[in-house]
Amino acid sequence: MTDHGAVTEPDDADDATADEPAEDGEPTESTAQTGAESVIASLETAGVETVFGVQGGAIMPVYDALYDSELDHVTMAHEQGAAHAADAYGAVTGDPGICMATSGPGATNLVTGLADADMDSEPVVALTGQVPTELVGNDAFQETDTVGVTTPITKSNYFASSPDSVGEDVSTAFALANHGRQGPTVVDLPKDVTTGETDVDPVEPSVPGTVDVQTHADDENVAAAAQTIVDADEPVILAGGGVVKGDATEELYAFATEHEIPVVTTMPGIGAFPEDHDLAMEMAGMHGTGYANMAITLTDCLLAIGTRFDDRLTGGVDSFAPDAEVVHVDIDPAEISKNIEADHPLIGDAGTVLDQLDEAMPGSPETSEWAEQCREWQQEYRLDYAAPEDEPLKPQYVVEAVDEATADDTVVTTGVGQHQMWACQFWTYTEPRTWVSSHGLGAMGYGLPSAIGARVAADDDQSVVCFDGDGSFLMTCQELVVAVREQMDITVFVLNNEAIGMVRQWQDAFFEGRRMASEYPWVPKFDTLAEAFGADGFRIEGYDDAPGVIEEALATDGPAVVDVYIDPTEDVYPMVPSGGDNGQFALSEEHL
Amino acid sequence: MSERNTEREGLPGPAPEERRRPKGRRSSQGIRIDPEAEAEHPPRRTVISALVEHEPGVLARVSGLFSRRQFNIESLTVADTQNDDWARITVVVEEPDPGIDQVEKQLEKVVPVIHVRELETDAVTRELVVVKVDADRPHEVHAITEMYNGKTLDAGPRTITVELTGDEQKINDAIDAYRQFGIREIARTGQTALARGETKTAVVPDHLK
Ligand SMILES: Cc1ncc(C[n+]2csc(CCOP(=O)(O)OP(=O)(O)O)c2C)c(N)n1
Ligand SMILES: [Mg+2]
Repeated sequence: MTDHGAVTEPDDADDATADEPAEDGEPTESTAQTGAESVIASLETAGVETVFGVQGGAIMPVYDALYDSELDHVTMAHEQGAAHAADAYGAVTGDPGICMATSGPGATNLVTGLADADMDSEPVVALTGQVPTELVGNDAFQETDTVGVTTPITKSNYFASSPDSVGEDVSTAFALANHGRQGPTVVDLPKDVTTGETDVDPVEPSVPGTVDVQTHADDENVAAAAQTIVDADEPVILAGGGVVKGDATEELYAFATEHEIPVVTTMPGIGAFPEDHDLAMEMAGMHGTGYANMAITLTDCLLAIGTRFDDRLTGGVDSFAPDAEVVHVDIDPAEISKNIEADHPLIGDAGTVLDQLDEAMPGSPETSEWAEQCREWQQEYRLDYAAPEDEPLKPQYVVEAVDEATADDTVVTTGVGQHQMWACQFWTYTEPRTWVSSHGLGAMGYGLPSAIGARVAADDDQSVVCFDGDGSFLMTCQELVVAVREQMDITVFVLNNEAIGMVRQWQDAFFEGRRMASEYPWVPKFDTLAEAFGADGFRIEGYDDAPGVIEEALATDGPAVVDVYIDPTEDVYPMVPSGGDNGQFALSEEHL
Repeated sequence: MSERNTEREGLPGPAPEERRRPKGRRSSQGIRIDPEAEAEHPPRRTVISALVEHEPGVLARVSGLFSRRQFNIESLTVADTQNDDWARITVVVEEPDPGIDQVEKQLEKVVPVIHVRELETDAVTRELVVVKVDADRPHEVHAITEMYNGKTLDAGPRTITVELTGDEQKINDAIDAYRQFGIREIARTGQTALARGETKTAVVPDHLK
């Protein structure tokens, strides 16, 4: 065992958990490769550098193969943390993040992270241990049907059937996670397969022959769509996560600015277009800006790129952009006309299709009046918050202050709740892959482990900041041990309202203020909790100490946690209630 | 550091009722519709055929997809084809047009799926049913079986079991005809189908042949 707070080599960490007995799978003496070595060799061939995981009986042979490998391993505290870290690694780098877990509880602990990656199309490969093939189906110790459990929440998954093919299974899973619309994949690794021998060498990742992704949209459709855009009076671009994932932000910028079309984003689309630009209408939907929701409701031509029209964005579909001809660009044909009918379906890669469209545009739409209208809405509905002297610290202020104190390329991760929405609204995102959050699944607990994954992925001179809620932080705060062990420079701001505030807000708005199970009678002192883990702890109690403490916490090398005492009565607005009309967003509870 | 608005006021901007409103409306399927008209996309019944790689778990993936996405399916069959590496899944679905489109596209995304298409109405479709009835009136049972070109599989003192094939309509009619004898049990296979004539039920890309 290592000292608390000491920096540990990944390999030592493996030894530290080796007290779990390996009942079977004698170490092989032969020089031939084991299935486990083939798994690791496949990862190396794919260019993988880091694996996030937790040891355990059925995965031990694979960990043993890591012992002699160049791959870095980050030992997480919980497998959910490993999956979220891999997901965030994927979000920041664009390359698949790898997580590893043992069978049974190890694999089921990954489930939330895989579901999250599936909803947000993040490239993740999970390698799970499994009981030996001959025991599968017998309800053996730590046996769970991992393929069965993960089928609905992955792009695809594989049950490795032989040491000869297991390397290819891993390569295929890697390729699939990264191909077309990205997403998570799983390879389930029975212990006899990983301990068995093979002389089959690793192969370069490639997707199965049945998979065919169209990157170039049909030219006729492109021409018709371009004409529609040029003819529009009030066009809007809706940039989704696909713009960021497709690395199409430059193409988007060129297209929007050349044709002077205002840009609204979805939540995963944050970072697709610089929010400090005149044409930036920022995020639309449930807690989107008033100006984004006005523009998206009244537009007569919506160019939607890489979005699945999630209900948090659309509100009720009956009132979603009801006057708009919709041009929908997506790499996944199944998203076309799934929720919102596309008048012009353009199947393909975001960047490629934007270039095609640009080429096909017979001119530019006449948008000066509309752009002027959009700028007026930006003024009329500017995001603001009241911060009277006699009220406690407002969370919005904290987000703005941290934004000002950090560089533009700072990566922001979050938990889920009010704090997440304030981090969307009051931080000005100007670069892609700097916003990392749990959008589609909305998984509390995402913030800290994703900050760890983002830290591994980001450049050394890039800062990583996590805005967390007290409730969300409590779900995965054990991962602090990892940040301390690896001396990761991460600053966590716990926007502490001693409540699961978003639920409290909904209870006040929709359940007559009956605050059932939403207020915490006691939360830990997060600064001292951090110190117990070996991290630096800070506390902000009001406006007076905020700027200084923010500076100090950001300046700390290694992990720091700032317990920020915010106004527990603060609510998130604007708000479109579930299924509501975006154009009728509420500015306060009275409008609901 | 940021400037704070120390006034005690909420978010600025016109209230909901003071805002410009759009003119149009969409149906629950997200289709732009005449705001005055009734939104209607009636379901229809159709046959979707998928050629898939013959590998373990493919049926579980497909049936899981149907339940997860709440696709309304009437029947689903799966079996081998002329090629040992392939199996054919035939699904009868009842959905409005956007739902049928989704069924095809979501199936297409399942990795071992090679090709998916909706069959035309002239497709050759067949279903097999095995019916077990009371044997009190064996001659009449036999007459009905003859009438529907069926076959008697088992005739005992108490029960008669027959086999019939046909399209869905014929099977339903035959079952109705047997009711008078007292039906004990029925087993239906669900429909299987091929496209008619030269039309291909599935197109297999060259690199998979
Ligand atoms: C794992 C999980 N459980 C429950 C929820 C439901 N939920 C959504 S927001 C929220 C409140 C989160 O509280 P906190 O992290 O303190 O954030 P706050 O809203 O107070 O900023 C809850 C419970 C969820 N999103 N995820
Ligand atoms: Mg809270």
